[in-house]
Amino acid sequence: MVEFNLPANSVVKEGKSFSAPADAKNTRSFKIYRYDPDSGDNPRTDTYDIDLDKCGPMVLDALIKIKNEIDATLTFRRSCREGICGSCAMNIDGRNTLACLKPIDDIKGEVKIYPLPHMPVVKDLVPDLSQPYAQLASIEPWLKADSPPPVGERLQSREERAQLDGLWECILCFSCSTACPSYWWNSDRYLGPAVLLQAYRWLADSRDEYTGERLDMLEDPFRLYRCHTIMNCTNTCPKGLNPALAITEIKKMIAERRA
Amino acid sequence: MKMQSDLGRVRGLGSAKSGSSHWWTQRVTAVANLPLGIWFIVSILSGHTASYDAVHAWLSSYFHSTMMILMIVSVAVHCTHGLQVVIEDYVHNRKAEIVSLMLIKAVAAFLSVAAIVSVLRIVFAGA
Repeated sequence: MVEFNLPANSVVKEGKSFSAPADAKNTRSFKIYRYDPDSGDNPRTDTYDIDLDKCGPMVLDALIKIKNEIDATLTFRRSCREGICGSCAMNIDGRNTLACLKPIDDIKGEVKIYPLPHMPVVKDLVPDLSQPYAQLASIEPWLKADSPPPVGERLQSREERAQLDGLWECILCFSCSTACPSYWWNSDRYLGPAVLLQAYRWLADSRDEYTGERLDMLEDPFRLYRCHTIMNCTNTCPKGLNPALAITEIKKMIAERRA
Repeated sequence: MKMQSDLGRVRGLGSAKSGSSHWWTQRVTAVANLPLGIWFIVSILSGHTASYDAVHAWLSSYFHSTMMILMIVSVAVHCTHGLQVVIEDYVHNRKAEIVSLMLIKAVAAFLSVAAIVSVLRIVFAGA
């Protein structure tokens, strides 16, 4: 039946504290989830007091400051620091977002930072995303057409191109999928909002000729219909996209071809 | 030990190529339940102090017996479809899942047929 017991080692314990330098006037506490599966220890939360006068404005700036100056063992992914690579997606102040786009000033009090929810943790703030990546590969996110390629390029009207706005901007940070309760309970079979938004990106592309096959692949009680329009995906998307709408459009396309 | 690739695991048994009729039926019965529910509540509110004979006569009427049977069917279908989704969401033990899915359908079938038979008995007893 439903499992109510927590697995072994899942209780998060109180960890170490690192205080700010004595001369710091503008300090803020960062409570950060720490876990090393190789150690066999339970996860813990370490608290770091940061001098905000000597730190950049974003949560990622604070994480980099901690790693550089206080605790080099803190592990997290980051790359572009401008919201285009999707590496630093994590749960900040109870909401999945990108650390590089989240201003520290937006958060009241202690800044709580956890990895993306309900994913296996590789270490600290680094989740194992191999399953969502495989799910992305399974929807074959590339243009598929039988018509021979014309000289030059496959053309699209301005209106047809506009259909892709709000879809192509997704950076695959998986903030949405890991915010979705339906994905938490059934991620082995439900594709999740990020992958379904990508699926719709190719369904909406006027140059793609495999719409029917794509819909066949998606029409499944679990792959698509586990979406119960909870809307956490749209609420949390750090890029302001609307995966819930894309999923609804897929459901409408399937309904349309039935009648 | 599992050495299957992530893609192999995600593709699994492939698409069921179904689910849309379940989803659509749930939407259609939800819409149907709206007027049927309003009719039901208004009828109960206006008739709850009436005598046994008056209610008997009311339910024997062509229109109200039809509405009652439609509501029984629509509510039963909507209820089983909704409960099925809840069970599929949360019950991850395959045996428990199949048994509970069969159970809700059996209970809904029994209750709705019993309710329809009751309405028909009233209709034909009055004829």
